[in-house]
Amino acid sequence: MSTVPQQLTPEEIQRRRKRSVAIAMVLAALVLIFYVLTIAKLGPQVLNRPL
Amino acid sequence: MTTLSNTAIPDRPFVEASTSGGEVADYFALLKPRVMALVIFTALVGMTVSPSHVNPVIGAISLLMIAVGAGASGCLNMWWDADVDAVMTRTRTRPIPAGRIQPGEALSFGLTLSVGSVLVLGLAANWLSAGLLAFTIVFYAVIYSMWLKRSTAQNIVIGGAAGALPPMIGQAVVTGSIGIEGTVLFLIIFIWTPPHFWALALVKAGEYARAGIPMMPNTAGPDSTRRQILAYSVLLAPLGLAPVFLGFGGLIYGLVGLVGGLAMVGLSVQVLRRREGEAANKAAMSLFGFSILYLFLLFSALLAEQGLGLFRPVLG
Repeated sequence: MSTVPQQLTPEEIQRRRKRSVAIAMVLAALVLIFYVLTIAKLGPQVLNRPL
Repeated sequence: MTTLSNTAIPDRPFVEASTSGGEVADYFALLKPRVMALVIFTALVGMTVSPSHVNPVIGAISLLMIAVGAGASGCLNMWWDADVDAVMTRTRTRPIPAGRIQPGEALSFGLTLSVGSVLVLGLAANWLSAGLLAFTIVFYAVIYSMWLKRSTAQNIVIGGAAGALPPMIGQAVVTGSIGIEGTVLFLIIFIWTPPHFWALALVKAGEYARAGIPMMPNTAGPDSTRRQILAYSVLLAPLGLAPVFLGFGGLIYGLVGLVGGLAMVGLSVQVLRRREGEAANKAAMSLFGFSILYLFLLFSALLAEQGLGLFRPVLG
């Protein structure tokens, strides 16, 4: 089934770009949260391992 | 409800939703940022008055998740209530009734944040606090928004439990259990809610009637509402002092609670006495405004005493 491509105005494209940036920032924040949370849960012992 | 063509309110303005998506700020507005700020504040106080401590990183992430969960429930509330919001001046510029965000987008956004915040809180802190957050979201979005709000004048009385839960969640994050401190703070917010909202409802009774919401002034009448406001304030004033008698509220808190509680009762008496014209509206709005200040000062006093070491015991 074919769909008619919708023509976005420059303003709509700009809004979409800002939403994409916001989603990227939220995803980056989630990565950071899980990293920091892991370190906090494991504690300093995470660094105590044989080299 | 989910579509803007709901027939419950036939005269409300129909707004064609944009298909190109809203601004980032519109999605943020769906989360009710002012409510989120209040939730962060009350949950932080719940954490602070707890008898034990939590890793600050885990505490901060937990607070963030509690705020996101509260925002998600606000988003689901806006999705469900878009038709009502469209007919009230206070809410008609919200993103969905204004047509900047489609209802389906708000529903997806709210559900995603709900599930995400509960899961991350469970992983970060414990599953009791995550369960309480999930209960809060379901209670606000389903029990209050979908059921109570449009069916009973006790809507904000029972629904107030959702807004009162954050201190309990905060304490559950720290201790992994439900303690007396969090429970008392829950009760204070729960009993504070009716005089706070009914004072506003007295002034906005016409708008609530037009939107078909059975607020107390529209069903029991303004005079009965005024008597009930006074009754709840009389109950709230001594309850606000309970932390002093339980030992986690000190001298500063006791003074704030005593003066604030008396002022709440005094302003409620004014609402009961001034029943006509502009003086009645002024008295109701004074109580509404002061009730926010009262709750803020009560919780700020606890935060200052427990968080900044200003605690001076009143008893013993």
